[in-house]
Amino acid sequence: MSASTVLPSAASAPGRLHRLWDTAPGLYGVLATVDHKIIGKRYLVTALVFLLLGGMEAGALRLQLAQADQHLLTPELYDQLFTMHGMTMIFWYAAPVLSGFSNYLWPLMLGARDMACPRANALSYWTFLMSGVFLYTSVLFGQMPDRGWFAYAPMTEHAFSPGLNMDFYAIGLTFLSISTTVGAINFIVTLFKTRAPGMSLDRLPIFVWGTLTTSFAVVFATPALTAACLLLFLDRRFGTHFYDAAGGGNQLLWQHLFWSFGHPWVYIVVLPAMGIVSDVLPTFCRRPLVGYTFVALATVSTGILGFGVWVHHMFATGLPATALSFFSAASMVITIPSAVAVSAWIATIWHGRPVFRTPMLFALGFIVLFVIGGVSGVATAAVSFDWQLTDTYFVVAHLHYVLIGINVFAVMAGFYYWLPKITGRLLDERMGRWNFWLMFLGFGVGFFPMHTLGLAGMPRRIYTYHAGLGWQSQNLFITIGTGVFALGLLVFVVNCFWSMRHGALAGDNPWDAPTLEWATSSPPPSFNFARIPIVASRHPLWESRLEPHGPRSRIDGPLMDAGRDTFGVSALDAEANEILRMPEDTVWPFVLSLSILVAFYGALAGVWAAFGLGAACVLVAIIGWFWPRDGAEPEGVAA
Amino acid sequence: MVMVLVIATEAMLFAYLLFSYFYLASSATGKWPPSGRPELTLVIPNTLILLASSGSIWWGERGIRRGSPRRLVLGLCTTLVLGIVFLSIQGIEYAHKPFRLSTDAYSSVFYTITGLHGTHVFVGLLMVAVTLVRALRGHFSASRHLAVSNTAMYWHFVDAVWLVVFTSLYVSPYFT
Amino acid sequence: MNYFHPHGTIATLESHLGWWLMLVSAAVVLVVVVLVLAASVRGLRAERGAGGSSPRDTRTGMRWIYVGGLIVPATILVLTMGFTLENLNATTHLTGAAVTIRVVGHRWWWEVRYERPGGIDSVVTANEIHIPVGQPVKVLLSSADVVHSFWIPQLAGKTDANPGSVNVAWLEADTPGTYRGQCTEYCGLQHANMAAYVIAEPAPAFNAWLAEQRASARTPDDPIAARGASVFLRAPCASCHTIRGTAAAGAIGPDLTHVGSRSTLAAGALANTRGGLEGWIANAQAIKPGSQMPRMYLSPGDLRAVVAYIATLR
Repeated sequence: MSASTVLPSAASAPGRLHRLWDTAPGLYGVLATVDHKIIGKRYLVTALVFLLLGGMEAGALRLQLAQADQHLLTPELYDQLFTMHGMTMIFWYAAPVLSGFSNYLWPLMLGARDMACPRANALSYWTFLMSGVFLYTSVLFGQMPDRGWFAYAPMTEHAFSPGLNMDFYAIGLTFLSISTTVGAINFIVTLFKTRAPGMSLDRLPIFVWGTLTTSFAVVFATPALTAACLLLFLDRRFGTHFYDAAGGGNQLLWQHLFWSFGHPWVYIVVLPAMGIVSDVLPTFCRRPLVGYTFVALATVSTGILGFGVWVHHMFATGLPATALSFFSAASMVITIPSAVAVSAWIATIWHGRPVFRTPMLFALGFIVLFVIGGVSGVATAAVSFDWQLTDTYFVVAHLHYVLIGINVFAVMAGFYYWLPKITGRLLDERMGRWNFWLMFLGFGVGFFPMHTLGLAGMPRRIYTYHAGLGWQSQNLFITIGTGVFALGLLVFVVNCFWSMRHGALAGDNPWDAPTLEWATSSPPPSFNFARIPIVASRHPLWESRLEPHGPRSRIDGPLMDAGRDTFGVSALDAEANEILRMPEDTVWPFVLSLSILVAFYGALAGVWAAFGLGAACVLVAIIGWFWPRDGAEPEGVAA
Repeated sequence: MVMVLVIATEAMLFAYLLFSYFYLASSATGKWPPSGRPELTLVIPNTLILLASSGSIWWGERGIRRGSPRRLVLGLCTTLVLGIVFLSIQGIEYAHKPFRLSTDAYSSVFYTITGLHGTHVFVGLLMVAVTLVRALRGHFSASRHLAVSNTAMYWHFVDAVWLVVFTSLYVSPYFT
Repeated sequence: MNYFHPHGTIATLESHLGWWLMLVSAAVVLVVVVLVLAASVRGLRAERGAGGSSPRDTRTGMRWIYVGGLIVPATILVLTMGFTLENLNATTHLTGAAVTIRVVGHRWWWEVRYERPGGIDSVVTANEIHIPVGQPVKVLLSSADVVHSFWIPQLAGKTDANPGSVNVAWLEADTPGTYRGQCTEYCGLQHANMAAYVIAEPAPAFNAWLAEQRASARTPDDPIAARGASVFLRAPCASCHTIRGTAAAGAIGPDLTHVGSRSTLAAGALANTRGGLEGWIANAQAIKPGSQMPRMYLSPGDLRAVVAYIATLR
């Protein structure tokens, strides 16, 4: 089966394609590349670095809390560390790592040569990196953000936070949101324009549905954060009165704006992860996903419903009962699509012939942790009981079960599954099993007791607690468990380095998987496919076993080597209707990102001339970016 | 399609800011606006000027679609001029306001929304200017003028946002 | 602070919903874990040739989705939501306040004022709230600075204390006792040390306490304590603290008129003993760094005198 659909290997593909698509060598290539695979890899590595930074911050917190009445950390440092831990993990790790997978895989899964907007892709990476650098320069000032990752007003106002800490917060998040928004627009346009002919919407991998849904969510939700941060910055630096009661403002406005963004955001960081499992699990069950249509619909409906539940973060603020009832109900309804997905996964295992390699272990662990996180979410959705649960360690347990259980475990499955495609070498299975069990058991010991701690009354965000309250032994347990979990992560990092040198060669399709990314070499050439695929089903590489007499995808479509070209298709049915000339390497995205960085440092310092200079450079960079190279306006412009 | 999505996200930004306006209004203890209903003498003609600028760029875009770069240039110039007039009149209006940015919650949200809109107008004018330069250099034809369409779309969006802002900030206080 | 051992009307109602949620959650998780394991085991056996559905059959497994994904979750959620609505209604319709108390959150202590009919507060205390057992007490919550949250878990769920608005909360204890609570909205450096205590006692005892609290501070007889009183008035103490019946009328820190009657100091940071008091006054920053109480550089004699005076303020 596999042999007939494997491409001629990259080495024998026309040199012309290499000349057209390979990234330029040297520093210029590093700064100017628009290759989605390079950008994807950068996203993954950078996100992992943030994961490790966030993990170290957590480690410090856990050491401080391991015993009662400790003074390892001052309250100032504790407050900065728990804030940075939350910000780093939720913003600079959880979504970017999924963007990394999406960036790398989408064109390969969709049968295209690149994303629709390769330069915008580069921009979204550079702004991601630079926003993180911007945030972490706060360490050098000893003024890291310190008001929690959701930063409630009025404590974030200048009167209560006179340092630069919360300016780093407001500007840093605004900077990152440029990256996220540009990336999201790119995904949406890519999905609707640059798929292989025949890759209709009902043939997309669920992972693609996941990222597509969250891309729309980003477009509609991120402006709420931008608005919130803008108003905060204006209050802090220009004396406006959005959030301060004395001037006629209202601190609840921050909460509404922030959570209008923040709740969709938590679905943004889990839906693509659920998509990863929806694509990995069937491969290791050796059958298609049960209920594909239901799972795709569940993904989209969760994304939409996610906009209607934000008030459940505000149940204790004193809102009227009608509002509380509505949002409590909505927060329960949103569980149903997730239950559909869980049922689909279990059904796929039940009716499949599972193979228990490392990606599958992570997928199984994911399902269990997902459900625990889900039920603790239902508990917090029940508004009158949430009045006990909210702001305690029960919520800390819930959020870690959903963030680690859904995002991290799926990401681990994704790494073990797709790193061989990216690097050409498999990871070690034995280390993989150690990785899984250390993480799974460490996670259980480390985070399950947070539920009971919360039920025993321990509030969140406290730097210490008295010995007589009965919280000490559970806290010690938790610290040990999280340490074991971290060890598991370390094994993963070791495995990655080991595999790059000694890993078995993966070949095109080591997992006998069905989707298009496995129809090219590992790693793929710069142009992804020597010949554009023509798609006939949802599982192109399994067609002969699933429908022996059914239609066949072709991996020998047009060569398209007249220029740097890929197909443009119709939105729904993917009928090829144009040829898109893709942009060459260019430094404008890098220059534009640097200009934004300069402008934002100017704003931070209150040096408005620097802000102006940065803004002017942004304008120049945008004009340079879009100015046509041969003097005439092209037919269509890929950003 | 990219421009449509950019417009979508910017529209949401204004939506959230207008939500903030109405939220602050609803939770205000005294009268709203505290300084009384906003004057309409400058803003009504200014709104008509902005609408006219949308008309001129629409006319110019139709021109290039029929192969007339001259009409395009004329349309873009008109829009540019009208846009600058709009911003100037808004500046005059600001100068006559009885409140500063930091006076109270109302003034904060008033200046932020209209100011952000003004910034969008300014960015739009830059786009119009660049498109004008390119039109003068003969970049556009009947079949190739994507930048013109994008600029026009953006300009119409800025206009539409103004209509919503105008209705919310200037007109609605007369009905409450 | 375990709210599954409730001692208040509201907390009891909430705990019923809580038990339902915990039991349903446990059941769901158990079922899913069993299914995942069973499916894996089944798969292993299928591997060894015991059959298995053909992957070609696209209708296979749909019943899992209809039942496990739609019918069962919808049923559980409808029941849970019904229970929640009923619970929400029951926990928010208390009436007939026997006592009304104004609680204002500060960084990092709780200002407590008992309202008299006619609205003039004459009982002002801090961090320790007494209530008559078995009677509903209305609490009017607000904040002098940032958002705090008032929570006495064994009596009721939490309600935020917001600057610029007043939230209404209710407490009704069914058993006499001391119930500890803590601020549960991150409010800065000493959020961890912002405890509150509610002491529920039978009505006569409560009324006696209230009458005592209403009285102004007694002038101390003991000469050391008297010296302490004058040190208090001379030193910066009086500019932040009020002691009714003396010239001390500061409004920044807690009212100290009857501080001697409280069991803890600094919102639960330490026990109200002579040693504790001395340590707090001498170097509050070592105990609660960042709090608004500065280090007091008093001579040892003055310090002991002030402590002796404060101890008389029962």
